[in-house]
Amino acid sequence: MEQNVQEMHEAPDLQEARKARIGTCWLDGCSGCHMSLLDIDEAIVDVLAKADIVFGPLVDAQEWPEGVDVAVIEGAVSSTDDLELATKARERSGIVVALGDCAVTGNVPTMRNGIPTRALLERVYVEGSDEQQQIPTDGVPALLKQAEPLHAHIKVDVHVPGCPPKPETILYVLGELLEGRIPDVGSRQRFG
Amino acid sequence: MTDKVMVRIDGEVITAKAGQSVLEVARANDKYIPALCYMEGLSAQGSCRLCMIEVSGVKRLLPACTTPVQEGLAVSTNSTQLHGYRRMALELLFAERNHICAVCVSSGHCELQSLAQEHGMTNVRYAYNYPKLTPDTTHPRFVFDPNRCVLCARCVRTCAEIEGAHVWEIAGRGIASGPVSELQRPWGEAASCTSCGKCVQACPTGALAEKGWAVEEMTKQRGVVSTLNTMREGQ
Repeated sequence: MEQNVQEMHEAPDLQEARKARIGTCWLDGCSGCHMSLLDIDEAIVDVLAKADIVFGPLVDAQEWPEGVDVAVIEGAVSSTDDLELATKARERSGIVVALGDCAVTGNVPTMRNGIPTRALLERVYVEGSDEQQQIPTDGVPALLKQAEPLHAHIKVDVHVPGCPPKPETILYVLGELLEGRIPDVGSRQRFG
Repeated sequence: MTDKVMVRIDGEVITAKAGQSVLEVARANDKYIPALCYMEGLSAQGSCRLCMIEVSGVKRLLPACTTPVQEGLAVSTNSTQLHGYRRMALELLFAERNHICAVCVSSGHCELQSLAQEHGMTNVRYAYNYPKLTPDTTHPRFVFDPNRCVLCARCVRTCAEIEGAHVWEIAGRGIASGPVSELQRPWGEAASCTSCGKCVQACPTGALAEKGWAVEEMTKQRGVVSTLNTMREGQ
């Protein structure tokens, strides 16, 4: 019996095509889009039958891996870390999906864009704080001058607007991409 | 019968009244042409460029709302090329100011948003402008948020043509232009404002809104302006 189990694990399943690799990440956003992704509920089992999630807030990988088929990116590009991760995800992935309004339009994070970065940080960490009135620099990335949508920095293949996008839309987008088709998002999801 | 003219809209021959605009004739005949600055009951000003149409014999595009019908006029209102230009105009409107739908009282009931959806828009290809604009919250009942303004000037025309108060005007030039109340006095101090709120109802976005509503809660009674105009015309 033990041997049988061993064999089952080792035997390559010739019927099954290579599983697709999905990476997700969360830049300047609230994680609401990832919550909406989880809100596809039990349908995630079907998605995972066709694909592995190899990077993201739900996965314990430290570095965006090579050979990702679909990168799903939430949030605006707001800091040097955001830019680095977005650039790496683009270089190492086939299709890049901008998930949600922050990634698509910049959304709420862009509300700071009219304020110089230094003045913004001083208002929050010096004027707005009773204790330790200093702008943090250790272990936090520098803010970029402006928060911008993903496509201002990297090529985006599929835009999925919504704050957050509906779970049905996310499931549709993943389903189409895993079948090798580019989804028609415009007819399913309101802009903004 | 001299006031009747025959026009051809998208191949269909239609009888219209002289003096009507192509947009009015099209809509009266269940032909849809998108528009944002146009509002039934107000004068047409042709500023939003969404109702652009192709007119045979004319090399450039013309706005349907300010193009009067004339005998033998033939227009095309729905080509792929027009659709592309309209989408471009919409994207430029979104890029020009800070339309953050996620925090807007009118999200879900917004004409700009509906038009974006209609045109299959999922992103804006142009660089955002991110202007720094401050909302005017001085009026006791209403708020003006210039971040959400598309410069359609429906508020200006409603106040001038329907209410007769002339509170709103467009000030400034080019990209810096925008509505101001009573020669740039804060709205709450505008003595000529009757607080009727018709400008708020006419506004296609959340730029003019009633106070006290949260995100997605403000719905507008857009029929008010058109109905008032129709009632007065009947008198």
